[in-house]
Amino acid sequence: MASAKPQTATANPEAGPRWAIESKGLNLWYGTFQALRDVDLQIKHGIVTSLIGPSGCGKSTFLRSCNRINERLGYVSTTGTIQVLGQDIYGPDISPIQVRRQVGMVFQRPNPLPLSIRENVLFGQHIHRDDRIPRAEADQLVERALREVLLWDRVKDRLGRKATSLSLEEQQKLCIARLLPMRPEILLMDEPCSALDPEATRAVEELIWELRGKYSILIVTHNMAQARRASDECVFMLLGRVIEHARTEDMFVTPKKPETADYIEGRFG
Amino acid sequence: MTAPPPKTRISAAQAFDRRDSAWWLDRVAMMLVFTGGISTILFIGAIFLFIATQGLDFAATRLAWSEFFGSIAWRPNGHPPQYGAVALIAGTASITGIAMFVVVPFSLGAAIYIGEFARGRRREWLKILIELLAAIPSVVWGVIGLHVIGPAMTQIFGVPSGLNLLNAGLILGLMAAPIMTTIAEDSLKAVPDAYREAAEALGANKWQVVWRVVLPHARPGLSAAVLLGVGRAFGETIAVLMASGHAINLPTSLFDPVRTLTATIAAELGETAKGDDHYQALFVLGVLLFGITFAINLTADSIVRGIRRKKA
Ligand SMILES: Nc1ncnc2c1ncn2[C@@H]1O[C@H](COP(=O)(O)OP(=O)(O)OP(=O)(O)O)[C@@H](O)[C@H]1O
Ligand SMILES: [Mg+2]
Repeated sequence: MASAKPQTATANPEAGPRWAIESKGLNLWYGTFQALRDVDLQIKHGIVTSLIGPSGCGKSTFLRSCNRINERLGYVSTTGTIQVLGQDIYGPDISPIQVRRQVGMVFQRPNPLPLSIRENVLFGQHIHRDDRIPRAEADQLVERALREVLLWDRVKDRLGRKATSLSLEEQQKLCIARLLPMRPEILLMDEPCSALDPEATRAVEELIWELRGKYSILIVTHNMAQARRASDECVFMLLGRVIEHARTEDMFVTPKKPETADYIEGRFG
Repeated sequence: MTAPPPKTRISAAQAFDRRDSAWWLDRVAMMLVFTGGISTILFIGAIFLFIATQGLDFAATRLAWSEFFGSIAWRPNGHPPQYGAVALIAGTASITGIAMFVVVPFSLGAAIYIGEFARGRRREWLKILIELLAAIPSVVWGVIGLHVIGPAMTQIFGVPSGLNLLNAGLILGLMAAPIMTTIAEDSLKAVPDAYREAAEALGANKWQVVWRVVLPHARPGLSAAVLLGVGRAFGETIAVLMASGHAINLPTSLFDPVRTLTATIAAELGETAKGDDHYQALFVLGVLLFGITFAINLTADSIVRGIRRKKA
């Protein structure tokens, strides 16, 4: 559906915004605790970028800044800018709601809403559209989204069942599926497999790889092997800073910074 | 793999005997807790039995049930005495109805505001305020009905008496507000935050989160809150006695004075001789009241229990 999007970053600025996400001098505080320090990052279109680093280094924090979900906490303050598709999302006339339509998020624990499978997929439509969605169109949206996450055949006969009755793997896939009818450009995923068993992890990873190219995907992971096999580029963070950002193969084979090498080889973190 | 046979043979009973001091302490504590629990049940049972037996003789032999449930004439001192409870039941029901009409939107609104919108200091203050509201004795509410709302009502609406259905309903509504708000807020709080976060991440605004996610999920708890409020309103006595006008009447307008079951018992029991028909008739009213309130609370309780079970 979104195959017109560039597969890789274009050097040509006329072809639309250059980066999927670009942060400049981003600092973030939880109260007085600084969790991000001068983060400059450029995330390319249409590829999978993984975000790695030891626990507490600010991976989730960065991710949660990209759709402004961090603002749910009243005590977060930010300086610097984040541009999503060329738009400064912290700009004065941008509402978080618009940002979140463009930027979907998948959480660590699968969190389907306590509604039916079908209603979960249609939730975004219901809240963003004023008109009633014609039945046929809704059916089509549901089928397309569920097919895209390879879930359709498994759930097509029980669309009316509570989403919370699905297995964790299915729930997580549903959580991805419900983003798709809003046609987001970017998918943020915060350790989407960490609540899943190895089998389910593999299935979800395959799905992410499947979605590559149609969406720009930024995924946080603790799992080196996962980062290595399922991402094009890799960002290594430490203590709120970006240490290294490179093609995944390069980073894992010839890391430029000693900290990166230490982390990758499991010497700390 | 087999274990080697024990060298000194002790019987299994000895080997597994754990009756040390901790064991005894545990037993004693169990007994105490058990007695406590049982005695609550016994008390309630005893109270019910007392109420029921006080009116039993009259109810079984002399009370005309067709009159009790079919007539509005409650004239225990008439010749012959009449015991029609319909007006009293209608009085209780209509006041409770008005109270709910007033208080349900108010309480649920307050609960939603406190639970979903207010933050920090303001939220704490509001919760304290609601709890203070719960601490106002019912006779004070009665005085407010009698001397504030009543006169205001004659002024504003030009009705002959300010002590009427609407007045009592308003008072009762205010009295039921704290319990309803508190329980409703608890049930909103029990909705996992992950749901709110998920909906917000999909671009829902605050109201959409409340309408589409929080309220549907909290509905059983909210119903329980409403029912407990109804139970509270149903059983209230002094304040309605003071604010309702206390006239036997099938109300046809908001400004009609009415009389309730509770107020009738409270007002008349003192003038009866223990054991006479009037006395016994009041106890029959008591059983009726007990039954209704018990059923309401039981329903509310089973709803709350159902929620807990689902969450576990
Ligand atoms: N809500 C919060 N309030 C206060 N401090 C927070 C909050 N969330 C995170 N932090 C702090 O910010 C820092 C970065 O947290 P963050 O969750 O981004 O780390 P992370 O890299 O995602 O770690 P993990 O791998 O454990 O998920 C940590 O030191 C953490 O303690
Ligand atoms: Mg994290």
